[in-house]
Amino acid sequence: MYPTDKPSPSLLRGMTQSRLGRRDALRLGGLSAMGAFLAACGVEGKGKPQASIAPDAVAKFWSGKTQSGKLDFANWPLYMDPKKPELKKFTQKTGIQVTYDEVIQEMGPWFAKVQPQLSAGQSIGYDLMVITNSVQFGQFRDSGFLAPLDHSKLPNYAANAAKSYATSSYDPGNVFSIPYASGITGIAYDPSKIKEPVTSLADLWNPKYKGKVGMFKDLQELANFGLLAAGLDPSKSDETSWKAAAAKLKEQKDGDIVRNYYDQSYVDALGKGEVWITQAWSGDIFQKNVSDGTNFKFVIPSEGGTIWTDNMAIPVTAANPVDAITLMDFLYELDNATTLAEYINYVCPVPGAQAQMKKHAAAASGEDRDFLLSVADSPLVFPGDAEYKRLHYYVNFNTAEEKNDFERVFQPIVLG
Amino acid sequence: MDRVKRTLAPYLLVLPGGLWLLLFFAVPMVTMLSLSLQEGDVVNGFVFTGHWQNYTESLADYQTQLIRSLVYGAITSIILIVLAFPVAYWIAFYGGRRKATYLFLIMLPFFVSFVLRTISWRMLLTDDGVLLHPLKAAGILPDGFNVLGTSGAVIAGLVYSFLPFMVLPIYVALERIDPRVVEAARDLYASPMTSFRKVIFPLALPGVFAGVLMTFVPASSDYVNSELLGSSETTMIGQVIQAKFLSNSDYPSASALSFTLMAVLLIGVFSYARMLGTEDVMKVAAR
Amino acid sequence: MNGRRVLHIYTWVLIAWLILPISVMILFGFNNPSGRYNQTWQGFTFKWYKDVFALEALTEALVTSLIVAVLTALIAGALGTGIGYALGRFRFRGSGGLNLLMFAAISSPELVMGSSLLSLFVSMGVSPGVVTITIAHVMFSVSFVAIVVRARVMTLDRSLEEAAADLGATGWSTFWKVIFPIILPAVASGVMLAFALSIDDFVITNFTAGTTETFPLWIWGATRVGLPPQVNVMGTMIFAAGVLFAVVANLRSRSKRKVAAAA
Repeated sequence: MYPTDKPSPSLLRGMTQSRLGRRDALRLGGLSAMGAFLAACGVEGKGKPQASIAPDAVAKFWSGKTQSGKLDFANWPLYMDPKKPELKKFTQKTGIQVTYDEVIQEMGPWFAKVQPQLSAGQSIGYDLMVITNSVQFGQFRDSGFLAPLDHSKLPNYAANAAKSYATSSYDPGNVFSIPYASGITGIAYDPSKIKEPVTSLADLWNPKYKGKVGMFKDLQELANFGLLAAGLDPSKSDETSWKAAAAKLKEQKDGDIVRNYYDQSYVDALGKGEVWITQAWSGDIFQKNVSDGTNFKFVIPSEGGTIWTDNMAIPVTAANPVDAITLMDFLYELDNATTLAEYINYVCPVPGAQAQMKKHAAAASGEDRDFLLSVADSPLVFPGDAEYKRLHYYVNFNTAEEKNDFERVFQPIVLG
Repeated sequence: MDRVKRTLAPYLLVLPGGLWLLLFFAVPMVTMLSLSLQEGDVVNGFVFTGHWQNYTESLADYQTQLIRSLVYGAITSIILIVLAFPVAYWIAFYGGRRKATYLFLIMLPFFVSFVLRTISWRMLLTDDGVLLHPLKAAGILPDGFNVLGTSGAVIAGLVYSFLPFMVLPIYVALERIDPRVVEAARDLYASPMTSFRKVIFPLALPGVFAGVLMTFVPASSDYVNSELLGSSETTMIGQVIQAKFLSNSDYPSASALSFTLMAVLLIGVFSYARMLGTEDVMKVAAR
Repeated sequence: MNGRRVLHIYTWVLIAWLILPISVMILFGFNNPSGRYNQTWQGFTFKWYKDVFALEALTEALVTSLIVAVLTALIAGALGTGIGYALGRFRFRGSGGLNLLMFAAISSPELVMGSSLLSLFVSMGVSPGVVTITIAHVMFSVSFVAIVVRARVMTLDRSLEEAAADLGATGWSTFWKVIFPIILPAVASGVMLAFALSIDDFVITNFTAGTTETFPLWIWGATRVGLPPQVNVMGTMIFAAGVLFAVVANLRSRSKRKVAAAA
């Protein structure tokens, strides 16, 4: 076997001293230099009016439900410090044991997997899941698969969350969900393979990187970049613009520029040198650099990126809903929201965490302090209003038919 | 009384297993056929409307993948015959007392999970992996060179996955040949090539047929190799069906494609089996 | 004889090719990767063998796989033996149809069987899980058991049964006391085959599992984010157990044959 060619000093530090490693990764990832961009919390769009729920639905669901002392949590990979400090703290405080599984890698398969069980009114084995505001969020919501939240059990959420979340188009009033984190879809690349700085979506179409470009398999993510590359706004798109975007994506594919269409595995593909430049989620690259000592960069293209929100929701058939909602609220305690954001580096739904993080920084010293300050000042974690205009929302669908048309336009690209 | 018992006996013995097959193999085919003619979406439910356009539309969108899969399957089977025949021949005629040991070695991959085997290949062949990295570092291959993501990688994976299924039936057929027939052939035709062509190969043909049967169907409906070793350029019909079922929840058109695939393959299989008789195939399958 | 030599070497090359990825799997169970990705050699360690059950979800998946495989082996073993014995021993109306059904089940693409079962479960509102996985596994392995058993039953000497009947044994006790011990090796290999088919199955399980994870399904999901070395260790253990079992079974039958030959 051949010796590793990874930068061993930063690798070692990353492994032995997490703070130091994170600081390195942050610098290496170029996040602090990224400046100009950012995400905001509230996701709006033309979305349809919320399917109304019966006024007594909340009371009906929660009456008679009690804490059972355990809960199963389904989340995405790279979405919490591998040592799970927040969950340990939660167990210490409440006595509730949490089983944490990184089982969600893409929204489509996750919905398809649990749909038959939820339809049959049976437990999916999870009491809490993190789902993106995608097509499938609507499917979960409209199928009646999400438990209505009892906001009296969410005092920390009420106190600490950014107000804009309450007016989101996919779940106005947070009837069924509260955010876990928001994030940006941009471009990640390996600077050891690509020497010139990557700045625009055109780099994903650059014939120089033929066969080394990764795109997302998720149709909405893919379509968004096709639309943006064609100069169109995803949230205001219709079938004509979809076709234009599909043509643009087809051109990228037929030129053999795309290596493959990925789900969560794009991080692995980047690590193995299978792709040099790829569509990516902001925080993943940061975490990959931390955990594996890699040196990948993440940028938001000049045309803009897309923003999305991952939300915590309780399936209606959950066996331990009270434990689940307790954890949801626990993650909104100021300090917990802060440590979570310090680690995952996605957009934090708790604005107050910024000041808290600076307090953590003040208490720390040396490189730790620099690191925490840079996260607190990162526009990727605490976005400002001005930047937010550069970001785009997902394509919205008013009818199931529209969604089917959309799938028929873009699915054949992925399944070449 | 006893006679009644005797006539009833086979039915009682067959009943549980037969019912199981009927309920969970035959009946699902019917529900799938029904689903393939339905309309609707996963939130509001699907309704049977005899919507045969599911077939025409999904075939229009994915005929390339269907044809590609059949082509991959055929290429795989042909490569397998070429690779497997000499091995089966050697074991059958020269394996001596070690025959069983050789066959056991050929079967070894079966003791490792199918998915894990394919992942191992992926690891070996990956762009900056154990095999390619040194060659790239030495400047023998360009930095952008890749094996994964090509049709070659997918077909190689399929060949690897199904090799034992080709070796075994050919071996069984060759082993049944009476050595005296071979000797007689040697006496009759001067050259070993001619005796092979005129006597041994024809006698081994049922084994080859069975081997093709046991490899072509799984190879052309496979999606694991293409998913792990291929790219969007090598998408096989299995991946399309899998994605439509397990990602889009688009059950009707997924069912339509699945049904089409089965019809194409089973028609092939049954006409094929008629040529050599199901009994032989089953016997070989049982080995 | 030169051709024979070439063939000999060729056979070994092919065997080496077959074994290559297995060796890689075993080797990387001893790797000591520092990050999340176990893909470059970074030093030798036994720690994954010590911590083989440290990943709860993976262990749970392996346990699920074993439970399903045992259930499948038992159920398919019983049902398949029934079919195999009936087909080998009796002529009866409907046997042709049954043969055809079994043949179709063996030659249908796994993908189609898996997806059609899912369509059945979806249409009937049955929730997928361990039960549906087991149902599916029994479905595709029962034919294999039946074929193995039938092959043995067909070679049985009919006079044994007649002798037993002459001695006054009923059909039932003849079966258990005379026939069953004779066909037991075939039944056992059918049961083992069902176990092996079940524990390795990915395609059909993927369609019928819902959120339940078996060993192959867990691996499939984990490939996207990097396989932990414990997977290699478990793979190696399953491999070793399988090989050991096969070797022992083979030696036993060989020594029995020797005894029989000496007698």
